[in-house]
Amino acid sequence: MRAYLDNSATTRPLDKVTEYVCHVMKDVYGNPSSMHMAGVEAEKELRGAREAISDILKTEAGTVLFTSGGTESDNLALIGAAEANRRAGMHLITTKTEHPAVLETMKYLEGQGFEVTYLDVLPDGRVDPGVLSEALTDRTVLVSIMHVNNEIGAMNDIGQLARLVKDRCPMALFHTDAVQSFGKVRINPKKMNIDMMSVSGHKIHGPKGIGALYISEKAKVRPVIFGGGQQKGMRSGTENVPGIAGLGLAAKLIYEDIEESTERLYALKEHFIRDLTELPDVSVNGIPEDGGGIKSAIRLTAPHIVSASFAGVRAEVLLHALESKEIYVSAGSACASNKPSVSRTLQAIGLDKSLLDSTLRFSFSVETKQEEIDYTLSVLSEEIPKLRRYSRH
Amino acid sequence: MKYSTFLIKYAEIAVKGKNRYVFEDALMHRIRLVLKHVEGDYAVTKSQGRVYVDCLSACDEDEVIAALKRVFGINGICPVVKTDTEDFESLKEEVVKFVDDQYPDKNHTFKVFAKRARKTYPVSSMEMNCAIGEAVLEAYPSMKVDVHKPEIEIHVEVRESIFIYSKQYAGPGGMPVGTNGKAMLLLSGGIDSPVAGYMIAKRGVKIDAVYFHAPPYTSERAKQKVVDLARLVSRYTGTICLHVINFTDIQLAIYEKCPHEELTIIMRRYMMRIAERLACDNGCLGLITGESIGQVASQTVQSLAVTNEVCTLPVFRPLIGFDKLDIIALSEKIGTFETSILPYEDCCTIFVAKHPVTKPDAMIIRRSETKLADVIDELVEKAIETDEVINVI
Repeated sequence: MRAYLDNSATTRPLDKVTEYVCHVMKDVYGNPSSMHMAGVEAEKELRGAREAISDILKTEAGTVLFTSGGTESDNLALIGAAEANRRAGMHLITTKTEHPAVLETMKYLEGQGFEVTYLDVLPDGRVDPGVLSEALTDRTVLVSIMHVNNEIGAMNDIGQLARLVKDRCPMALFHTDAVQSFGKVRINPKKMNIDMMSVSGHKIHGPKGIGALYISEKAKVRPVIFGGGQQKGMRSGTENVPGIAGLGLAAKLIYEDIEESTERLYALKEHFIRDLTELPDVSVNGIPEDGGGIKSAIRLTAPHIVSASFAGVRAEVLLHALESKEIYVSAGSACASNKPSVSRTLQAIGLDKSLLDSTLRFSFSVETKQEEIDYTLSVLSEEIPKLRRYSRH
Repeated sequence: MKYSTFLIKYAEIAVKGKNRYVFEDALMHRIRLVLKHVEGDYAVTKSQGRVYVDCLSACDEDEVIAALKRVFGINGICPVVKTDTEDFESLKEEVVKFVDDQYPDKNHTFKVFAKRARKTYPVSSMEMNCAIGEAVLEAYPSMKVDVHKPEIEIHVEVRESIFIYSKQYAGPGGMPVGTNGKAMLLLSGGIDSPVAGYMIAKRGVKIDAVYFHAPPYTSERAKQKVVDLARLVSRYTGTICLHVINFTDIQLAIYEKCPHEELTIIMRRYMMRIAERLACDNGCLGLITGESIGQVASQTVQSLAVTNEVCTLPVFRPLIGFDKLDIIALSEKIGTFETSILPYEDCCTIFVAKHPVTKPDAMIIRRSETKLADVIDELVEKAIETDEVINVI
């Protein structure tokens, strides 16, 4: 049996997507900027994909840009918005648990003279609205808070946080990295007061190397890539037509029955957590304490990510032990003897030091089956005692 | 004027006696092998105690030189212009043209080294030296003769053809691989062992290698790193037959039954025993390790003695007197450093005790090993059965 439980790293592209990408690559190879028929046909693919995404987000077609992926979307949103609005103020806000695509870009902006506030998070990984409120100043021009944390699955109430920003600083822009939540839950940027939102193709069973950035028509953003003026000058470079077509189709297919699949994922997660925590010395991270019982607490988190700590077991070793049984997961923190890199998210939620290097991430997708979860649980219950016997001091 | 020929100079082989041809033939064989990876057709020939590489088609001179620089036994590589001109006047003209091609800037001192191996040529070497020197001086008045320390050496050799050359690129020295038997290298993912393999191969020894793999404690990537290192070393040594041995069960048995501070030393004794078995089965006449006195606890003189006593084959430790910095410099020179420092755990580091013994007593270690008596023979046999052979080219 095989269990691919690393869907937050990447997902398997849907067969329909692969076929469609192939078809576009082979048959619709025109340059969308060309004036002839071949160009027009390629442009049609772009328009189709753009409309598919704006339908899902319930917003106008003109505000979705295609990029090379989540990282570029985050870079464009943050650098483009910060620099376009620097006259209004030089203060930016983000959290300590963001993806490196946001954190490293913020570090770059600090070098460009911006002041950045990094918010602490609650022990369950969410941002406390009170903490955000205190951090806002009249010089704040941009707030970037991720929707779902990629390591522990904590899910912020983005609508509430964005509302708060708009009330206190009407001029400030609100960006969310929705790479882990797009395709898992419904998101309506307009209603939620989101000005910019990053998404990625390969996390929703689409191709790699393609992503999108939603920008509300009111937001002032300047481009970071210059060239032939494609996508209204906001993102120059000949469009990746097959990738874009694949992203559009994947989004459409995933959102066709999103309510149902979200429910199914929550049920899987609940079942997995319940059995997992029955194993001795195993704890699950990122579940709110005040959720009113485990069942409703899980509903406050993302439906597809489980972060678990296995006391006395090294994450890397457990990962490879699972790998030998064809179970694929991620280490919460990649830690090698000569190059320690401890997870910032796990540190930020105040995880016990001894567990930092004992934490794994299991992430599901619409394709994850109950049998895979059960198989993983049975392998875990076999392997963990074995590995604990030989733990390093 | 394009070079068509390289003159290969060798030092140590030249002093051999009646078996000199063995070394020359091995050298030619190695040259042919490395040139297989360079575009173009080449003829490698031997004549009057010299080896020549003729380019039979268009070739990239820099690539040929780079390849030849990795052939042990070569001391110098001279790109040579071959001329069929028999007339001495036109030979002088060719040399003048050669100087112009090679040294656009004429502010140099020079000396002509003529050699008349074919005694039927009408001009003696002394006469050639004078006449050619004069011709060069006449053509380029800014050049001066210096017979003691010339900046430029112009060699003109009259053999079956006439050769003109000036520049010499240093080869690695040593002896052609294959002229001195075969030895088994204990290859880890570290900095030292690839260098040790390089150094022994430089003395003409063919290399096989063994790597001890410990899944799930070491990852597939750690194994791939060792394969990559073997590949880098094989650029000098020719094909390396790499044996990958699964060492996990032996390691766990030692961990369970022996004192933890003796773990590394006992582990290394079993590695040596297995390496020796593999060596004997594969026609190797010695073992090679990257040990250097005092580098770590298992490499003190006491530890080396205790490790050494388990095998009867000679153990070659070419780095024994090297400082770490010297080893790093060598590893950078041969191009293995960047790969060696990739951060994957190898089996030597995973179970390391906080305070390992630094002055082990052979008696005590032997007594500790008796605790393994009932399982170890079987475990060793099993480990040898896991031997996965990878031919690294």
